[in-house]
Amino acid sequence: MNEHVVTQATQPAVPPPAADHKTHGGVHDPNAGHSPEEIKREIRVYMIVFGALFVLTVATVVACYGLKLPVHYAIMVALTIACLKGFLVAGFFMHLLTEKKLIYGVLILTVFFFGILLWGPTHDILDKFGR
Amino acid sequence: MLDAHGTAPAAHALAAHAHEIEIPFNVTPRPDTGLYNGKLGIWLFLASEVMLFGALFSSLILLRTSAPTWPRGWLELNVPLATVNTMVLIISSVTVVLAWANLRLGNLQRGRLFIGATLLCGLIFMVIKGFEYGHKFELHHYPKTSNFFATYFLLTGLHGLHVLGGMIVFAYFLTAGSKMWKTEPQRFTNRIEIVGLYWHFVDLVWIFLFPTLYLL
Repeated sequence: MNEHVVTQATQPAVPPPAADHKTHGGVHDPNAGHSPEEIKREIRVYMIVFGALFVLTVATVVACYGLKLPVHYAIMVALTIACLKGFLVAGFFMHLLTEKKLIYGVLILTVFFFGILLWGPTHDILDKFGR
Repeated sequence: MLDAHGTAPAAHALAAHAHEIEIPFNVTPRPDTGLYNGKLGIWLFLASEVMLFGALFSSLILLRTSAPTWPRGWLELNVPLATVNTMVLIISSVTVVLAWANLRLGNLQRGRLFIGATLLCGLIFMVIKGFEYGHKFELHHYPKTSNFFATYFLLTGLHGLHVLGGMIVFAYFLTAGSKMWKTEPQRFTNRIEIVGLYWHFVDLVWIFLFPTLYLL
């Protein structure tokens, strides 16, 4: 068993950027250096997030399938829980809570165009209610 | 002075050494972006994927709100099976971050164990999806049956193809691809991080597909 922490391999002679040791909820910047203790702490956070995702999935199924909520309430409950689960996966598993600015820039642009995609049908629905 | 092919000797020398030139910043971050190139690449790819699935979700909303009637998902689809599949994908997201974490700890054996577990979860997901599709076909429910089933098969089929793609990559890293660990452990670890980001995205899509198709 190889218990050493992986070290950076040889790369072009360009100094790496200053290490960013931001943390959020125990999950550190994936681009920064890590001690084994920090990585083990991250693993504990992953397990907590897993538990939360499990509970939220059960809650969605119970609310929408078990209680058979009316469709408008079901949409609100299901999408709210889905957004919460999405936040947990993106924030902790994909490390978006501590990611670099360039990634945020890419995602802001993506969200903008995604918003345009959703604006079409939303506009149609509002128009229908208006009539 | 050019040779018979009109190429300068300096160009020959460059071409001869071209295969020795390493692709830069595939391990260490670029100073200007703070990211290694592969990571920026996968995020750009995921941005394009958001638009792909976004367009399909947008179409689903438009079709559903325009239709005089639309069946509740749980009346037509198997919610218990889909719930199990949701759990399986969530577990696979955990196993992939555990694989990455263990590789960062220098433990290839446990890293491979978790990569294998992720692959197994992907396989379970596909088998369950196969049963689900089989049952639908038995009932003569096809994409042509209705707009509901057209969107169901399109969205889950495209998502299933993404799961399959991820499984192929994990299978490669579990077998031949893991040889890189001996020579470039950090690069191999980064590759697992990248495929992990892709896999989490696939999980993220399912997190929204599951309630949208099955529960509403």
